[in-house]
Amino acid sequence: MSAAADAAPPPAAPAAPAGPNHGLRIFLLWLPLAVIADLVIWIVWGPHLPPGTMSSSAANQQFDIKVMAVLAAPVMIFVLTYFGYALIVWRQRDGDTEDGPALHGNSRVQASWITITSVIVLFLAVFGTVELKIANGAGAGEGPSPIWKPGGAPLQVQVIGQQWKFTYRYPQFGGFETTQLVLPEGQWVAFHVTSLDVIHSFWAYQLGVKADANPGVDNVAYTKPEHTGGFVVRCSELCGLWHGAMFDYGRVVSMSAFRTWAASTRVQLAAVTRILPPYATTYDPTVVPQINKAMAKAGIGGANGYYYPPQDPVQP
Amino acid sequence: MAIDIQPEKVKGPGGREPGASRPARPWWLRPAIHTAVAGAVIGYVVGHWLGNFLGSNYQQLPLSDSSDLPIVLGYLLAVVGWIAGLGVFNDPLRQMTGRPVPVEEEDASAAAGLARYFRYSLDHKVVGIQYLVGMIIYFCTAGLFAMAIRAELLSPAYHIFSSSTYVELVGEHGTMMMMLMSSLVVGPFGNYLVPIMIGSKRVAFPRIEALSFWLTPAAFLILFSSLMLGGFPFGWTGYAPLSIQATQGADSYAVAFGLMGISIILAGFNIIVTVICYRAPGMRWSRLPMFVWSMLATSVLMVLAAPVLVGGMYMIITDRTVQTAFFADQLGGSSYLYQNLFWFFGHPEVYILALPGFGIVSEIIPVFCRKPLFGYKTAAAGMIGVTVLSFFVWQHHLFDSGLNPDMRPLFMLTTELISIPTGLIYLVAMGTFWKAKIRFTVPMLFALGMYFNFLIGGISGVFLSDVPADTTEHGSFFVMAHFHYTIMGGLIFAFMAGVYYWLPKMMGIKLNQTIGKIHFWTMFIFFNSTFLPLFAVGLAGQPRRVFEYASNLQTINDWVSISAFCLGGSILIFVINFVWSTVIAREREEGNPWQSRGLEWQVASPPPPGNFARIPVVLSGPYEYGTPGAPPVADLNPPAGVVAAAFTGAPTAAAEA
Ligand SMILES: [Cu+2]
Ligand SMILES: [Cu+2]
Repeated sequence: MSAAADAAPPPAAPAAPAGPNHGLRIFLLWLPLAVIADLVIWIVWGPHLPPGTMSSSAANQQFDIKVMAVLAAPVMIFVLTYFGYALIVWRQRDGDTEDGPALHGNSRVQASWITITSVIVLFLAVFGTVELKIANGAGAGEGPSPIWKPGGAPLQVQVIGQQWKFTYRYPQFGGFETTQLVLPEGQWVAFHVTSLDVIHSFWAYQLGVKADANPGVDNVAYTKPEHTGGFVVRCSELCGLWHGAMFDYGRVVSMSAFRTWAASTRVQLAAVTRILPPYATTYDPTVVPQINKAMAKAGIGGANGYYYPPQDPVQP
Repeated sequence: MAIDIQPEKVKGPGGREPGASRPARPWWLRPAIHTAVAGAVIGYVVGHWLGNFLGSNYQQLPLSDSSDLPIVLGYLLAVVGWIAGLGVFNDPLRQMTGRPVPVEEEDASAAAGLARYFRYSLDHKVVGIQYLVGMIIYFCTAGLFAMAIRAELLSPAYHIFSSSTYVELVGEHGTMMMMLMSSLVVGPFGNYLVPIMIGSKRVAFPRIEALSFWLTPAAFLILFSSLMLGGFPFGWTGYAPLSIQATQGADSYAVAFGLMGISIILAGFNIIVTVICYRAPGMRWSRLPMFVWSMLATSVLMVLAAPVLVGGMYMIITDRTVQTAFFADQLGGSSYLYQNLFWFFGHPEVYILALPGFGIVSEIIPVFCRKPLFGYKTAAAGMIGVTVLSFFVWQHHLFDSGLNPDMRPLFMLTTELISIPTGLIYLVAMGTFWKAKIRFTVPMLFALGMYFNFLIGGISGVFLSDVPADTTEHGSFFVMAHFHYTIMGGLIFAFMAGVYYWLPKMMGIKLNQTIGKIHFWTMFIFFNSTFLPLFAVGLAGQPRRVFEYASNLQTINDWVSISAFCLGGSILIFVINFVWSTVIAREREEGNPWQSRGLEWQVASPPPPGNFARIPVVLSGPYEYGTPGAPPVADLNPPAGVVAAAFTGAPTAAAEA
């Protein structure tokens, strides 16, 4: 049986047969590929990597993704080159039934592998922490009392998620509530994200902002829009039937255009704002009917915080 | 040392004494699947009535949130009826009342052929086959849901399904895959092979093992029945308060997931004790096959993580039925609590789904490289490292949630640390391939595919661990592509490697290698062409679980959908090969087709009852390929007294004499 067959040693002990230096060959294959890949990633691909550079946090995320891609590519190419080389060079030829050399390990190789991976990992952890700090939370939800925040007085925008709609309140402009998300260019924005019903997630894709909307939680995220233009808002936490249709569009405008818009919207919605509950960081479910009444008056539809049967609405 | 196998009468598993068996009852009176179904039906009716009786002040509204109690009690009593119908309680009750436990089942089942697979069998090899077939059925069912999801995503705005049907499909696919595939490898290969690989005649707890299997069809059917109750709209994660407010379909989710949690606790418990206590003499920890190491690590994760899931599901059930408020924010509960509980289970769960894959490929590559495993201790350390670290990373799923934001650097670090032990698995593979004699068999192809896919899955995971990058990637198709690369590309490819490698052992038949190669290449190509573009889709801003998306992403989504259908086709090739080879062609495979040193290959295929005629004495490690003078892996027929001597401390000396 095979156990016995395996026990029979190959006639010649593996006494380091002279052959090509496989390690060097693999290295020489890997090096140009890794260099080219990194250059392509950094120069060609980098400026187009998501989520773009529309805001401070988006640019920060693009940079992070770029750096990690530059680190990941050589690692990946090394593993793939190695396997590719092995499969071609070390496949068993027809008629060869011998076993390979009995190598049980090599402590130098193992130690250097562990050292290299540890260095990369520790670098990434430090890098990520620094990036998180200097980008003032990197556009991610930081809970009610953020420790990383921009100085000065950011524009406060409350994002209220409900099934299946986002609405926005501007407390510094009388607390009006609207379905339009308009932001000024060049000004830090503090999104206060909360929910009236279930967990949603406010994702302003081009702005690089993502913060979960939890009922009863004021989840704050910061960003600074750097360019004017439109952006997409999507709900990125499964929140029920029409989660897939829970999206809208926002825009970044110049500071003066924003002031004009805010002032006029404030006037326009004054009657609605009066019957809204006063601005608060979170809303008790008992005020939801009141909010709904005001929203109905302003012509804002949605599930109004209630779960409704599947056939309604037919189309969002 | 001759290897000959002489079946001998052994003490049956479960402490049954060999001896006079009871006169056989007619088949329809013996507990089997039909009595189980009857028990389940009776149990459901009783439970439903009881729920209505207890909750009679609730309104009865179909598809509303007001009549959960009858559903939940119906399911729970149906499960009790199901396992009672299988005869799970018979022997324990007999033992409790001091009556002798009959041996009937052993003899009957050995002769009964197919029938034993439909019964509560205490033979770990029968349970392994039951698991194997069950898992393939569950996997294909859940895969069909994925096909339906991809069909809907062919168009950004035109809908094949209503939004309610779509979320049902998403929930069913995700939950079925995540909960049932936990046992994809531990069930079939763990239960079947671990005792043989460690030189044991049996597992430690055959009743617990068998029960763990028989809970899976119950969990599967309960989850499936959710469709009749309108499904559940919250995916596999079941975040409160959505899961509290959802209609009765959510009861199926919570009961089924909790049940599966119990099943994997039981399965893991049995494996742990078996590996620790039932190793043959000479099977030192340093000789344990890598696959056994991975089963042990997975089982530890199962036993420690799944109780949290069971608790979470229980809280969901009580929140939904008797209005406790674990997760209701306005009543003093917290929806964050659920997220914490879920991911405290959920992250170890993803390693429950990854480690078995590492184990299978690490087991297979030395055989087809014809070399010892490179860095055996490193590989074991890698698995232990992953196991330990996986309990310290769960909050990376909550980076944007606003929960505990100041600790994000910590969880970023722990998450990235996991890539060190995971990297060791790759080091081991690469060292093993160094100057190897690689044989491109079908199992080896799948193992190579696993290393390729998991490389992409693992590296994309590092992107997700970085908080700023995660802000864009979280909740998008990027994450979805990432974990499909690790689970489908890792676990399923490794599972396929295991099937092609071990099925000749487990069933004693050959699997068609040509169809196997076609299966591999189609699966490998279409898997990558399905999931690689999804990284781009996610980075382009498409959230998970949506049925409407930006119209400029239609081309790439269509590409993905068509690839996914082809991927489904490649699984169909596998199913055809499996059925053709095991049912129709049935070409015998008796020897050691792979010239493997694994202990499981030193016995007949399929192994005889009791696995070994005598307890073997393990003489050397399982990967000593090409080692001059390496002793055979075990002495299967050790001289009398050597096993007893093993316990006094001189195993190998006596055996080599
Ligand atoms: Cu939402
Ligand atoms: Cu995780």
